[in-house]
Amino acid sequence: MMWLNIVWYALFVIIIAGYLIMDGFDLGVGILHPFLAKNDDERRISLNSIGPVWDGNEVWLVLGGGALFAAFPMVYASLFSGFYAAMMLVLLVLILRTVAIEFRSKRPSPRWRTAWDWVFFASSLGIALLLGVAFGNIMQGVLLDAQGNIGGTLLNLLNPYALLVGVTTIFMLATHGAIYLSMKTEGELLARVKRWVPRLMIIFFVLNTVLVFWTVLGHDAIADRYLQMPLLVLFPAAALAAVIAAWLMVRRGRYFVAFLLSSAMIAGLLFSAAIGLYPNLLISSIDVQYNLTIFNAASQANTLTIMLIMAVIGMPFVLLYTAGVYYIFRGKVQISSQSY
Amino acid sequence: MNPELLSRLQFALTASFHFIYPPISMGLGLLLVVIGVIYVRTKDPKWRQLSFFWVKVYGLVFAMGVATGLVQEFEFGTNWADYSRFVGNIFGSLLAAEGIFAFFLEGGFLGLMLFGGNRLGPRMWLLSSFIVVFGAHFSALWIIMANSWMQTPAGYELAQTSIGTLAFMTSFREVVFTPSFIPRILHTWVASWMVGASFVLSVGAFYVLRGRFVELGKATFKVALPVFVVFSILQVPAFGAMQATAVTDYQPVKLAAMEGLWTDQSCAPMYIVGWVNTAAQTTTGISIPCLLSFLAYGNINATVQGLNSFPSDVWAPINLTFQVYHLMINLGGLFIAIGLLGALFAVWKQRIWRTRWLLWIFVFSIFLTELATLSGWWTAEFGRQPWIVWDLLRTVDAVSPNLSGVQVFMSVLMFVALYALLFVLFIYLLNEKIQHGPEPLAEADAAVTSLPDTFKDIFRRRARA
Repeated sequence: MMWLNIVWYALFVIIIAGYLIMDGFDLGVGILHPFLAKNDDERRISLNSIGPVWDGNEVWLVLGGGALFAAFPMVYASLFSGFYAAMMLVLLVLILRTVAIEFRSKRPSPRWRTAWDWVFFASSLGIALLLGVAFGNIMQGVLLDAQGNIGGTLLNLLNPYALLVGVTTIFMLATHGAIYLSMKTEGELLARVKRWVPRLMIIFFVLNTVLVFWTVLGHDAIADRYLQMPLLVLFPAAALAAVIAAWLMVRRGRYFVAFLLSSAMIAGLLFSAAIGLYPNLLISSIDVQYNLTIFNAASQANTLTIMLIMAVIGMPFVLLYTAGVYYIFRGKVQISSQSY
Repeated sequence: MNPELLSRLQFALTASFHFIYPPISMGLGLLLVVIGVIYVRTKDPKWRQLSFFWVKVYGLVFAMGVATGLVQEFEFGTNWADYSRFVGNIFGSLLAAEGIFAFFLEGGFLGLMLFGGNRLGPRMWLLSSFIVVFGAHFSALWIIMANSWMQTPAGYELAQTSIGTLAFMTSFREVVFTPSFIPRILHTWVASWMVGASFVLSVGAFYVLRGRFVELGKATFKVALPVFVVFSILQVPAFGAMQATAVTDYQPVKLAAMEGLWTDQSCAPMYIVGWVNTAAQTTTGISIPCLLSFLAYGNINATVQGLNSFPSDVWAPINLTFQVYHLMINLGGLFIAIGLLGALFAVWKQRIWRTRWLLWIFVFSIFLTELATLSGWWTAEFGRQPWIVWDLLRTVDAVSPNLSGVQVFMSVLMFVALYALLFVLFIYLLNEKIQHGPEPLAEADAAVTSLPDTFKDIFRRRARA
């Protein structure tokens, strides 16, 4: 029943793409808002642009954790325990971000609001950085032993390659967030957002180019995969095309299309990396025999089948009502007495 | 610096702190739906005003629940990696199902519930609230299901693999419907409704006592009182007793620890208060003869197994389990008394509004219901020790093998500091919100009838706008 493992690998990657696209833009808004929004009104508009949807977006992360636990428990156990300190920091920033959004506008005091604005910024930045660094280490390989335990400390995780992935993630999500904000803002704030989009894109583009070269030159397995199946280059190529098209659409004021393109770019990049990793989920830098793959780290077939049935029943509803909620809140942000 | 002990401490701390909030999400949510239904039926603006007030409080509580709820899902992997490996084939799918079926409902519709009051008509707004509250209950269902599997595992087989013995699923139906699942989820839901009702009663009583927002306070109090009365009366003798029966049948050594019963005994007593001396193997206190035999088996002469019938290496921390269990039971009894008094004074010519001492009891009832709910959870979890999965995997064998004590010590410190800060801010903001009271309805709300109130309206009208 190998196809079940492949299906679950694909589904897991799609869930992570869902997380990066959906929560990605609200992380991006968090990263950008101290620079883009100049006064309390503009900050409230930024915050309320994600206000009704950020909580639903974060569920993609919860689902990602649950799906990893259920489909590939050995990876879930090794990864989370091996990255202990990093995971605790992820929890810290996730918690701080949630309460910052909720607490921020509860009191009128400017000092209170400024303090929580900075917490919101720092925690959004922290999540993007930490998840990027974690992913960088997954791409690169970790000190995974025969028992599936990861050695090393937090300092091992903070290597140059992983840090570059982290910084690139920050700019990717910031770009994505800026494009989302262009749908939600008007007037001066919108003009500022539009000036920032190309700048962020250029920085992201440069970082990502360096990253692509480093990855291809430094990771033989990934380079070989693309050399053996050159057609797969379509994924990274599509991501590149999408990012360029997104900029053109922002310039023309077609913000929603730009947002879809930006989402496609994120998915394209993640799929490109996932294709390079396949079938590995965790690469051992000690001995490739210790690698955890979608075959040796998975749950058995009956668990995967039941989960697949649940996903097939559940996810269409999720997508449908999520689209409905976004539809109801579409258009430029209006502040009301109920807003954050 | 023992990583296992510290990990247990951390999980107990984070799970307990989290468990303050979900019962309010469920219980207060239920009452919000009731208030919404009353508004839709009566069109009296005071109910709309109350909806706006309670929805804001709900948002604050919900945010705390979300912020602290993610932690557990991470901790299974970070601190309990060998547990995750052992149960991954079974336990993970229940967590994933919670995400797909319940958490997305809550998270997706929360925005509409919190911000939809001015965008949707009353019926559509009510529908979104209902979906969030339904999602919260459904979410609890999956979590209790997963926890019940740890208490009374079923539908599995053990098999040897290259990394040791692991549990594999043989029947999904049996994994879902373990023997303790139905009693435990009912007990938890009812407890949550009591917590939510006492929260609303507390605020309502406070407004009446202070002479501010008196009409709104009375209105909200009157909605919550019947909920509290009915469920406090039913909780101990019906739902609690059902769960105790499941413990008797499937975890007899836990029952013995809960009651500090040392030797097999017919006509076994049930303590009201007491103290267990584990070294001397004695339990002293005030007890009701034969009650335990009656509650466990419906027969005062039935023999209840004592701790000495089991090897001492499967005993839970006995006095601790005994104390938290009796705290829950005694509070449960107290709630019956409070509920009956409240009902009596409300029916008896509305004397309750002048009976200040009783109103003050209601003001403080939220702390007691929270404490009772937490002690119930502690009873279940302390009483399960030394097992993490009953009779299959010991907690000591479940911890991540590569953790150092220092690492876990640092993360415990982080959670203590963070949660202390959050709790202070939460109470501060909650107090401010309650002191400030319900806002008068905005001018624009006069136009409530013009808001889209059917699916057709929502998707047609907004398309034109």
